[in-house]
Amino acid sequence: MTSPVLSVRGLKVVTGGRHILHGVDLDVAPAGVTALLGRNGAGKTTTVRGILGLVPRTGSVRYGGDETVTMTTHQIVRRGIGYVPEDRGVFAALTVAENLRLAERDPDPAYGLVHELFPELRQRARQAAGTLSGGQQQMVAIGRVLLNRGNRLIIADEPTKGLAPRVVTEVAVALERAAQAVPVLLVEQNLALVRRLADHCVVLADGRTAHAGPAAELLADAGKSRTLLGVGRRVDAPAPASGGES
Amino acid sequence: MSTVVLLGITGLGLGALYFLVASGLSLIFGLMDVLNFAHGALLSIGAYATWWAASHSFGFPLALLFGTAVGTLAAVALELGLVRPLYRRPREQVLATVGVGLAVPALLSAIWGADARTFPVPSALAGTFTLLGASVPVDRLVLVGAALVVLLALRLFLGRTRHGLVVRAGVEDRAMVTALGIDVRKAFTLVFAIGGAAAALAGGLAGLYFGSVDPTQGGSLLIFGFVVVVMGGLGSVSGAAVACVVVGLVQQFANYYSTAGLGDLSVVVMLAALLLVRPSGLTGRLA
Repeated sequence: MTSPVLSVRGLKVVTGGRHILHGVDLDVAPAGVTALLGRNGAGKTTTVRGILGLVPRTGSVRYGGDETVTMTTHQIVRRGIGYVPEDRGVFAALTVAENLRLAERDPDPAYGLVHELFPELRQRARQAAGTLSGGQQQMVAIGRVLLNRGNRLIIADEPTKGLAPRVVTEVAVALERAAQAVPVLLVEQNLALVRRLADHCVVLADGRTAHAGPAAELLADAGKSRTLLGVGRRVDAPAPASGGES
Repeated sequence: MSTVVLLGITGLGLGALYFLVASGLSLIFGLMDVLNFAHGALLSIGAYATWWAASHSFGFPLALLFGTAVGTLAAVALELGLVRPLYRRPREQVLATVGVGLAVPALLSAIWGADARTFPVPSALAGTFTLLGASVPVDRLVLVGAALVVLLALRLFLGRTRHGLVVRAGVEDRAMVTALGIDVRKAFTLVFAIGGAAAALAGGLAGLYFGSVDPTQGGSLLIFGFVVVVMGGLGSVSGAAVACVVVGLVQQFANYYSTAGLGDLSVVVMLAALLLVRPSGLTGRLA
């Protein structure tokens, strides 16, 4: 891998007296999709939240050549990171248009791209985000990220979790499109989607880095996949037909 | 009939005062999770600053502007100097605001004495007008008018400006606002300033309503401000507006038609009954 866009070394997170991360190391490739994998409770979401400063953390997080572990969340994000949180993080009382407007950081936001990928968002612009379906809320969450052309990294935390197969496909297309321009760190349980999108992968186990390497190589190795991810067969589905395979 | 009209307008005037206290309190609590027990102190600062200016020939409108400006500055200083360093320590934060809430009245007592000071009510606002046979004091209309202007201004601010959008989003999910690259601390200071301005305005108008200012006025109004905030739903300005009208009217009518003092009790009973039936208040946010 050439010089990574994001480099994490020895990331530790302690919350409520409990050690969640014991020293995570990971690199995000400067192009394409890097998948962050692991069983439930391995520390994937906490790693993302640690990178973004949403939880108190120690260690080193270098992004764009700068050490960001001492920065606040908004300072880190303003350096060009788009974040799609696990719970989608839409503001229920705000309309779709207001949710998108709130995320604008560029002087010329890419509404054309967002509405091309998710035409529903234009139709539902005046609808309260809390009344949208889960899939539509995910479109808002991803739309907020795609709006800013200045992003130099996108972090998506389980963007297909709990979504209908049709929406999973739409989300996959959006991520694929985004990854053509910006590197993506993708936390995902849907291994078919990982196989389709990811070039590299990092696997966490018990709050530590257990493996790092090419994604296809790991998913093709049934033994390694079983040990690291708890899946018992080779994953080679060509398209994300169903959400939540893990 | 005239008694009902008079009680109704007086209740609305009192409700207007409660709204001015509660609107800022509600936004501060909703956005920042800060129980600002120093909010009454901001009201007292505004009341004394307005009284001082009015007593020094500023003229009432200018005195009110001066009092509001002093209260706003005090609120900003409070947020930057005391509340912000304690964001991650909520217990200490509560203790600090309680401390300010106690210290400011003591300071005011030390400077101007513990007795009430007569507020120089301008002659244009000292009279009454006749409505449906009732002689209604003019100042009640000023209070209601001021509350309506503040309500309208807050709704425009929250609904039409980017800062307002940030505040509304922050009331829902503060962490997510920061994850969009927005410095939510600026919104905190802004909301504190708005809350301080409204409380200080309430202080100046309370001088008009009660005809005097005293160091404990802020603390007394703060209690009903909290009642209105909980009844209206945390972070909801519209909920606070509805709740303050209900509280002001119930208090006035209960005090008149039963034993004096029962009005306060009836408000507390009403709050308890509402929370039993609807724990999230009128607009659906949990207390």
